[in-house]
Amino acid sequence: MIMNKLLISPSPHVHSGDTIEKNMYGVLIALIPAFICSVLFFGLGAIIVTLTSVVACLFFEYVIQKFLLKQTPTIFDGSALITGVLLAFNVPSNLPWWIIVIGALVAIGIGKMSFGGLGCNIFNPALVGRVFLLISFPVQMTTWPLAQGFAGSYIDAQTGATPLALLKEAVKTGQSVSDVLSAESFVGYKNMLLGNMGGSLGEVAALALLIGFAYMLFRKIITWHIPVSIFATVIVFTGILHLCNPDAYADPLFHLLSGGLMLGAIFMATDYVTSPMSHKGMIIYGVGIGILTVVIRIFGAYPEGMSFAILIMNAFTPLINRYCKPVRFA
Amino acid sequence: MLKTFKIGGVHPPENKLSASENIQVLPVPEKVIIPLGQHIGAPATPVVQKGDKVKAGQLIAQAAGFVSANIHSSVSGTVLSIDSVTDAAGLSKPAITIQVEGDEWIPEIDRSSKPEHQIPSSKEEILKAIAAAGIVGMGGATFPTQVKLTPPPGNKAEVLIINGVECEPYLTADHRILLEKGEEILVGVQILMKAIEVKRAIIGIENNKKDAIAHLQQLAAKTPEIEICPLKVRYPQGGEKQLIQATIKRAVPSGALPIAVGAVVQNVGTALAVYEAVMKNKPLIERVVTVTGKSVKKPGNFLCRIGTPISQVIEAAGGLPEDTAKVIGGGPMMGRAMVNIDSPVMKGTSGILLINEREASRKPMRNCIRCSKCVSACPMGLEPYLLMKLSQFNLLERLEEEKVMDCIECGSCSFTCPSDRPLLDYIRLGKARTGAMIRSRKK
Repeated sequence: MIMNKLLISPSPHVHSGDTIEKNMYGVLIALIPAFICSVLFFGLGAIIVTLTSVVACLFFEYVIQKFLLKQTPTIFDGSALITGVLLAFNVPSNLPWWIIVIGALVAIGIGKMSFGGLGCNIFNPALVGRVFLLISFPVQMTTWPLAQGFAGSYIDAQTGATPLALLKEAVKTGQSVSDVLSAESFVGYKNMLLGNMGGSLGEVAALALLIGFAYMLFRKIITWHIPVSIFATVIVFTGILHLCNPDAYADPLFHLLSGGLMLGAIFMATDYVTSPMSHKGMIIYGVGIGILTVVIRIFGAYPEGMSFAILIMNAFTPLINRYCKPVRFA
Repeated sequence: MLKTFKIGGVHPPENKLSASENIQVLPVPEKVIIPLGQHIGAPATPVVQKGDKVKAGQLIAQAAGFVSANIHSSVSGTVLSIDSVTDAAGLSKPAITIQVEGDEWIPEIDRSSKPEHQIPSSKEEILKAIAAAGIVGMGGATFPTQVKLTPPPGNKAEVLIINGVECEPYLTADHRILLEKGEEILVGVQILMKAIEVKRAIIGIENNKKDAIAHLQQLAAKTPEIEICPLKVRYPQGGEKQLIQATIKRAVPSGALPIAVGAVVQNVGTALAVYEAVMKNKPLIERVVTVTGKSVKKPGNFLCRIGTPISQVIEAAGGLPEDTAKVIGGGPMMGRAMVNIDSPVMKGTSGILLINEREASRKPMRNCIRCSKCVSACPMGLEPYLLMKLSQFNLLERLEEEKVMDCIECGSCSFTCPSDRPLLDYIRLGKARTGAMIRSRKK
């Protein structure tokens, strides 16, 4: 009896049930603690900026897929949502809404869709958008609202320098690092850990980001290789500099907790599409990001170098994949 | 810490529904179809003719060459035809069809269940008995056993590894024979040790069969040269290279055979068949088959004569469930989907799995998001996403360079892919073409 209705296919006949959505929404869940913190520290601005960015990213993805590429839109696979949230997390919470929309267009349109959509892009779309905005709107992008609690205003938030900018300025004018870090105006390590300081809206709460990291490790969404190798490289590199000259270089803890390092290492550098495939490759990539970040922070013109470091290493990813093979069985 | 292999692997839901079901003896069918090619290598040559009367255990087809295996009648009756029949995949294959009349066995076979322990002292005698009985690897690979027990010149076996892993979800045939035929299996192991002249044997069993591990440990207490090795549950631990690494921490080099690291691997089912062949003079004419699936009424383990139509074995487990969408010969990870459920049980049929539409259907392929989960899952340390791309572009030299020939086709990559990409399908294609290219180069 030949059963015509039986399905025929090669093995395996079962599937783990893992989907793109499960991974993408898992990342979004991991971003929730950091989002709650930024609402608590920056108030309404954090919500407005994030919502604008997410809606704009989904809108551009839909329009480009539907009308330009004539594809079935896949806006709810979660990837555009992540791009939207991460773009918002990388800008100040008082950024005018139209600048965010421009950033979303660049992130989705140039950063992602021009390469062919999900899985095809070379650079992290959110960072493409962010760096485009940083270069195009330097004033708005570096006017950081201070953490004023939930009551903080969106339109006329009180602004000030981030710890990194403060340090950069001080070193330029010849002050010693230890003076800056012990001055009244310095927020202190505890506040840096909790996120009670000026900065981009999603990058400040180091502890909340680490909770997200633990969640993604638990769900096996990412592996430890990239974030840990970035952290380790930054600690070793800045540690050596700090030991050589404590007056000119801040200690590793300051570097770990300041700027976009946590957000970048945990959520931006680990982007599936733009990071290497083998564990060995991931470590090389992480070390590269760590070195470049410290070099830009300490010797470059910008106070923060995480975005540039990740984008530069994104460009190296195909090369790393070509030469860094996983450990073969034998 | 339980032992396991080093890299990759997945853990599919175990679904061992029939693990506590005793082996039932399936009644002899009215007609059996015995294919001539049930093993890797040349199909056997028939030695009976249409109309001949045969008895159970009688040789009906002789091994054709070194890599081939004898085939025996599993029933008594009359040869109806020696012709092409449709096999499980729907292809025409030569087979001997026998009309069953009674159940008369050839007198040489000792049918008593009394365990025998006096193993022959001569290696040659053992190998001859194994070859005569037509034994092949019972795990599914069906490589003729006497060939595997004859290492190429210059190689010396140091250890015998017995595969009782049964890492495929659903299947429980090996589990049941370990529990019910443990004593016979241990004698079979000793015979195999003698055949390859080694002083040490390891039986690897995954830790989801705790009762079998305890039972075997108790039985093996008297034989210190046989070690029972519990293993962490992880697919594909039953892969030869993975099992060798898990048990003796040695890695078989790319392209080499297990003998290169001094190991010979045999399945527990094979050890049992060897026991029966050498001690009871019984050729390989029956085997235990698991019939299972979530909708199957009575999942179970059945001792069937070789050549029994699969539809009859399914009947014994409560019949074909209404929602069956796919019938698989073997397990869900490496088994083969079949079209013809009247095709026979063969020497390598370890299980019949019936799955429903929801489980069986594949979802449409989506973009690769480069999550690298396939790379992490690959037990051979390959890059399935890359091999698929290279196969699509037919870049055979690159495929060879990226070690496509090392792929053991375990399916961990396709199983794990969140984008439902048919990684293994393309890798198989690339592997076949690359293999052909390598062979043509040697000529």
